[in-house]
Amino acid sequence: MTSHHRRHRRPGFGGEPLRFRFDGQDYEGLRGDTLASALLANGVRTVATSAALGRPRGIYASWTEEPNAIVQIEHPFPEPMLQATTVELYDGLVATGLTGRGRLSDRPDPARHDAVHAHCDVLVVGAGPAGLAAARAAAGSGARVILADDRPIAGGSLPDTAETVDGVPGAAWASAVAADLAGRPDVRVLSRTSVFGYYDDNYLVAVERRGEWGGQGRARERVWRIRAGRVVLATGAHERPIAFADNDRPGVMLAGAARAYANRYGVLPGRRAVVFTAGDSAYAAARDLASAGVEIAAIVDVRQAPGARWDGAEILSGHVVTGVGGDGAVSSVSVSDGREIQADLLLVSGGWNPVVHLFGQAGGELRYDEGIGSFVPRSARQALEVAGAARGVFSLSGCLEDGAAAGARAAEAAGFRAPPRHPAPRASDDGASDNGASDNGASDNGAPDADEPVAFWLVPSGDYRSHFVDLQRDVTVADVVRATGAGLRSVEHVKRYTTAGTAHDQGKLSGVLTSAIVAHAIGADIAQLGTTTFRAPYMPVSFATLAGRDRGALHDPVRVTSLHDWHVAHGALFENVGQWKRPWYYPRPGEDMEAAVLRECRAVRQSVGAMDASTLGKIDVQGPDAAEFLDRLYTNMMSTLKVGAIRYGVMCRADGMVFDDGTVIRLADDRFLVTTTTGNAAAVLDWMEEWLQTEWPSLRVYCTSVTEHWATVALAGPGSRDVLAGLAPGPAVDAASFPFMTWRDAEVAGIAARVCRISFSGELAYEINVNAWDGLALWEALHATGAVTPYGTETMHVLRAEKGYPIVGQDTDGTVTPADLGMDWVVSKKKAGFIGKRSFARSDTARPDRRHLVGLLPADPDFLLPEGAHLVESSTLPEPPVPTLGHVTSSYRSAALGRTFALALVSGGRERVGERLYVPLGGEPVPVTVTHHVLYDPEGARRDG
Amino acid sequence: MRDFPEHPDWLWSSPQPKRSYDVVIVGGGGHGLATAYYLAKNHGITDVAVLERGWLAGGNMARNTTIIRSNYLWDESAGIYEHALKLWEGLEEDLGYPILFSRRGVLNLAHSLQDVRESVRRVHANRLNGIDAEWLGPEEVKEVCPIVNVSPGVRYPVLGATYQPRAGIAKHDYVAWGYARAAAAMGVHLVENCEVTGIEVTGGRVRAVETAQGRIAAGTVALCAAGHSSVVGAMAGVKLPLQSHPLQALVSELLEPVHPTVVMSNAVHVYVSQAHKGELVMGAGIDAYNSYRQRGAFHIIERQMSAALELFPIFARAHVLRTWGGVVDVSPDASPIVGPTPVENLYVNCGWGTGGFKATPGVGWCYAHTIAHGEPHPLNAPFSLERFTTGALVDEHGAAAVAH
Repeated sequence: MTSHHRRHRRPGFGGEPLRFRFDGQDYEGLRGDTLASALLANGVRTVATSAALGRPRGIYASWTEEPNAIVQIEHPFPEPMLQATTVELYDGLVATGLTGRGRLSDRPDPARHDAVHAHCDVLVVGAGPAGLAAARAAAGSGARVILADDRPIAGGSLPDTAETVDGVPGAAWASAVAADLAGRPDVRVLSRTSVFGYYDDNYLVAVERRGEWGGQGRARERVWRIRAGRVVLATGAHERPIAFADNDRPGVMLAGAARAYANRYGVLPGRRAVVFTAGDSAYAAARDLASAGVEIAAIVDVRQAPGARWDGAEILSGHVVTGVGGDGAVSSVSVSDGREIQADLLLVSGGWNPVVHLFGQAGGELRYDEGIGSFVPRSARQALEVAGAARGVFSLSGCLEDGAAAGARAAEAAGFRAPPRHPAPRASDDGASDNGASDNGASDNGAPDADEPVAFWLVPSGDYRSHFVDLQRDVTVADVVRATGAGLRSVEHVKRYTTAGTAHDQGKLSGVLTSAIVAHAIGADIAQLGTTTFRAPYMPVSFATLAGRDRGALHDPVRVTSLHDWHVAHGALFENVGQWKRPWYYPRPGEDMEAAVLRECRAVRQSVGAMDASTLGKIDVQGPDAAEFLDRLYTNMMSTLKVGAIRYGVMCRADGMVFDDGTVIRLADDRFLVTTTTGNAAAVLDWMEEWLQTEWPSLRVYCTSVTEHWATVALAGPGSRDVLAGLAPGPAVDAASFPFMTWRDAEVAGIAARVCRISFSGELAYEINVNAWDGLALWEALHATGAVTPYGTETMHVLRAEKGYPIVGQDTDGTVTPADLGMDWVVSKKKAGFIGKRSFARSDTARPDRRHLVGLLPADPDFLLPEGAHLVESSTLPEPPVPTLGHVTSSYRSAALGRTFALALVSGGRERVGERLYVPLGGEPVPVTVTHHVLYDPEGARRDG
Repeated sequence: MRDFPEHPDWLWSSPQPKRSYDVVIVGGGGHGLATAYYLAKNHGITDVAVLERGWLAGGNMARNTTIIRSNYLWDESAGIYEHALKLWEGLEEDLGYPILFSRRGVLNLAHSLQDVRESVRRVHANRLNGIDAEWLGPEEVKEVCPIVNVSPGVRYPVLGATYQPRAGIAKHDYVAWGYARAAAAMGVHLVENCEVTGIEVTGGRVRAVETAQGRIAAGTVALCAAGHSSVVGAMAGVKLPLQSHPLQALVSELLEPVHPTVVMSNAVHVYVSQAHKGELVMGAGIDAYNSYRQRGAFHIIERQMSAALELFPIFARAHVLRTWGGVVDVSPDASPIVGPTPVENLYVNCGWGTGGFKATPGVGWCYAHTIAHGEPHPLNAPFSLERFTTGALVDEHGAAAVAH
C-alpha cells in the first residue's frame, strides 16, 4: 500500500522500497526508514499495548528515548523488545507490537558477534554539529581521532531540521564533514555505533550495528573497546515531555520527533496537529510540519508571552492542554480555555534535557540549570570535555562553536597543538539547533526567556491517574505522589516504589520529570533532589553481542598436551581439569570404566604403565635468592636441596592450610623447577608474584611458567626400569646409581630428556620430561616396547589413594593443615619463617579433634562409598541437626587390595583407627572401619623395584 | 498484567534525630533495618536510631540479585542461613508487607568431577543439618530448568547439580521497606542522609557517634555498614580483616517466563533468575580489585554474558538494560563477622561477602539478640572476630570458590 503519509523521498536515503510485515499486515517502506517511520508512513498509529494498564500506545519519539513503541522482531531472527524507532527497516522484516514483555527464541542464534580494540587520542561521541566540529578541530591537530555516532548518517539532529550551515542544508553539510573526516588517515568515523558505557581511565565501550542487512560472514554487531586519551561528549539533548491527562495516547508525540519524521524520513505523523509547548523550539517544528503539509490547528504555549512568533497558526499563550479525546488514538485536544480542537496529532515540548548519561557514568557531577530547567555537567572526574547541547548549549551556531573549542582543547590536552581555528560555519539558527533546539536558540535575540518559567512539567488536575510520567512502565503522576505520600523523599526510592525509569529508555524521558514532580510534591528543590544514578548501558545491548566470540569452544581455551591426538586415537575418555583435557581412562572394547581402571591399576602394580603428566604446572624459579624464596614459600626446607636432587614440598596459605603441593627440582644453585598441581598452576604463579611484588620486593627471584614447554610422561611399575634401560642405554639406572628423588639428563629413545626418579603410585617410577614437540615420539617409543599400558587420571587417583597420598583440592579443601594429613614431617622445625608457620601455633590449629586424613574400609568389601558422603558416630540417626564427624574425600575399588576403600577427613581420625563409624546414605547407615590412610605397601618396599 | 501488590500508602517518617539513643545502628540497609526490627519486636528495645548515609537500603540491599538459599557447606553457616530461610518463609505475614518471597528452588551446577564431589558433599552435609537438598543428574536438571544446556558437547558440560527446592527469591526493596515500616511503627527512628563521620570511644567503651547531623550519644553502637565496614570500624580503632570489592549485577528487559528457578554456577561464573515481572537478573564473580566505588569493570560483564550463553543459549538475544555494582566486604574465610568487638558496647556485623541478602532475617534476629544480651546468639557465636586469632575459621571458600 503506497502511503498518503509519505511526502517525499529524502535525498541520500536511497529510497529503495522494502517490504515488511507488522502485526500480520504487509507494508512497504523505504530504505533509510526506521520501523517507526515506515509504520507512520503507512498510517499505523497504534503500535503496542502498555504493560500494566493495557492502554494503546503509539510512537512517541524518534530514537533511543522512545518509551512506547516496543516491538518484537519475529523474522529473520526473533529478538525481544526493541524500540521501533531504532530498528532500521530491512526487506523481509517481520515484527509485532508488544504488551510489556518480549519473547526469547529457543532456535540457535545464527548471528556472529565480535569485538574490536581501539586506541585514540581523542574520542568524540556524537556526530551532531558539536561533535563534527569537535572531531574536525581535533583531527586538524594531527591527533588520532575516533568519531562514533549512533545514527546511520551523520549530523545528529541536523537531518531532522531544515537548518542550513554555510548555506547548504545541515544534513548535506554534516555528511560532507563526515566524509572528509573519514578520508583522513588518522580519523576513524564509526556510524551506527552507540557508545553505551564509560568506565574508568577513559575506557569506553560501544556497539556497532552492522546489521541483518550487512551481508554474509560479517558480524551482526560488534563491541568497540576504546581507550581514549581524551573524550569529547557531544551527545545532544532529549526533548522533555509534559505530564497531562491521557498524554500516553497514540498521536501524542514529542515535537522534535514529529519534526524528524517530516524532515528526515519525509513522513507526516498526522494530518492536523496541535502544538503544546513551554518553549520556542516547537515553533520551528510547527513551521517544518506545516510546510510539509500538516495543518497546525493551534499552538498552546504555557507562557504568557512566548518568545517565538509565528503567524501560521493561532497561538494560545498562557494556556495548557488539559487532555485529549478519542477512542484510542487522539482525535481531539482539550485546552484550558475550554476549547476542544479536532486534531489527530498533539506535539509536545516541555524543554530539553542534555544527554548527560555518559558523563554521569564517568563519575561526573551535575548541577541544575534554572535557565533550561534541567541538569548539566558541573565537574568531570575523567579526562573529558562536554560540548553542545549535552551541556545546555542549544543554538546551532553555539554548538558549532562549542564543539570546535572542545575538540581543540581535547587535542591539546592529549598533547597536540591545535591548528588555527576554522572560521566558524555560518548557521541558519532558524529556530532550532543541535537535537532540536530550545528556548534560547529560537528567540530573536538568542537569549533565554528570562521572564518565563522555562521548566514546565505538569498540567494541574484534580486527578493524576492518567498523567503519565514513564509510559513504558505505566507510571503516573498519581503513583509518584503516592510514593511521596508514603514518606519517600529520595528519587531513588520513588523510582523503586513506582518503577519509573527502569524500562528501555532508562529514564531518558521520565527521569528529570520524575525528579521535578517529586520536588513539587514534597516542596523540595529539584536542584537538591538531583537525578537517579546513570548506569551502563546507555541503550539496550544484547547478551550475544557482549558475549562476542567467547562462546562454545571459544568460551574458555581448551588446553591439550602434545600427546592429545594419540589419546584420542586410542579411545581415551577425557576429564576437564581446569582448562586442560586430561585422559581419564582408556577403555578397551567391552570395558566399562570400572573394568578399564582395574586393568590399568593392575598393569602399573604388576608390570608397567605410562601416564601423560604434561599438565602438571611447571614454574622455573631463578635468581640469587631463589633458594631463600622457596624456603619462605614451602613448609619444608628447600635451600638444602643439592643440585641433582628432588624434594617433595607443601605450600600453605597464611592461615596454615594446605594450598598446593608438588616436587622441587634443583637445577643449579640459583635455579629450581617447581611443579604444581594441574589445576593450581596459575594460582601458584600468582601467589609467588604476589609475595615477590608486595611483601618481598628485595628478593632477586624470577618466576616463569614453563608448563607448556615440556611433555612429561610418568613411567610407573616394577617393569619401568627395564623399559627405561632399554630405551636409554646411557646412564646406569640401577637403584644405587640413580636413587629415588634425584634427576638425570639422559637420552631416551634418542630424545634429550630430563629423567626424575619420583613416584606418585608407590611403585618404582620415572618421570621423563622432554621438549613438548618430542613428546609424541617419546610416548610412541615407550609403547613400541609392547610392555607399557597407558593409564589415565582415574588410575593415578586410585594408585595414589592406596598409598595415602592426598590430592590437594580433593582430599583437602582449604581447611586442612599438613599435620591433618599426617604430614608433620613436611613442616620444618628449623626454619625461622615460612608462609603459614605462625598459624600453626594458633589454638584451633592445635586442637586434637581436628579432622585427620584416614582410610576407611566399608564392612561390605564390595560397597563403594560415594565421595562426599559424611560420617556419623552411630548407626541410628537422631533428628537433625546431626553432628558430622567428617566426609569421604576419595573412594575407589582397588585391584591391589581386592576390595573397596576410601580416604576421609575425620574428626580426631588418627585416634579412631580401628573404630566403626557409619555413613548415612538414606536407609540403613553403612558401617565402615577407620584405618591408617596408607593401605598399600606401608613399608615402601616397592619404591626401588 | 499489573501483578504487583500495591505498596502501603505509608512507609516511614523522617524524624529529626534525638541527641541520644539506647542503641545506634550504623547503616540503614537490610541488616540494619532487620536488626532494629528484631530489637524492638523480640527484645522490646525501641529507643533505637538507624543512621543511613544516603537513602534507606540504598547500598547492597538495593543491588543484590535477591537469591535466598541455605544450602551452605559448614554446620555453622547452614545454621544461620537456615534460620534465615525459616524466617523468610513467614516474613510476609510477620511484617505485613508483600515481600514477594517466591519459593522456586536453586540449582548449583557442577561442571567437573571435583565440582561433583564438592556438591555431593554439600548435599549430604545439608541433609544431616535438616536442610532440603538433592543431587540431580543432568537429565533431572533439565526437568527442573528446561532451558539449561545440559548437552555433553559444551566446553564445561553440566555433570549434575545440587537442588534446594525451598530456596527462592524475594523483592529486595520491599523486604527493606517492610522492615523499615514495621520498625518505624514500633518507634525506631530511621534517619537518612546521616553519615557517621566518627565514633567516640572513651575508657574502652563506645559513647557516641559523630554524624552529618551532629553528635548522637549511644549506649550501644552496632555497625551494619557493609561495603564500608573497615572504614567505619577504623573510626572506633577496630581493625577488621576485610577486603572490599565491587560486585556487579545486571538486568534484562521484561520477558515472557522461561526460567522457573534459580541457577548458579561457580565454574562457569554466573547466577541467574527471572524476577517476578519477567526480567532476567544476573550476577557473576566479584571484581578482583579492591574498591569502595559502586561500579566495576566492563570485562566482568562480558565474561558473564559469555558464561550465561554457555548455560542458557536461549538468552542470546535478550538485552542488558542496566548494570550496576555494590561493594562487598570479604573476610579471610568468606564467612561473616557478627558479634562483640574489643570496644565495649560496640558490635560489628560485616564480612558477608556476597551472601548478605539471604541472611537478612537471620542475622537481624541474631545480631539483635547479641546487642540485647551483650553476648552472641548461639547461631552467630562461631562468627566471632576472635576466630581470626584462634584459627577457628568457617571456611566457605573451599567448597564454593564464589560463595554467593
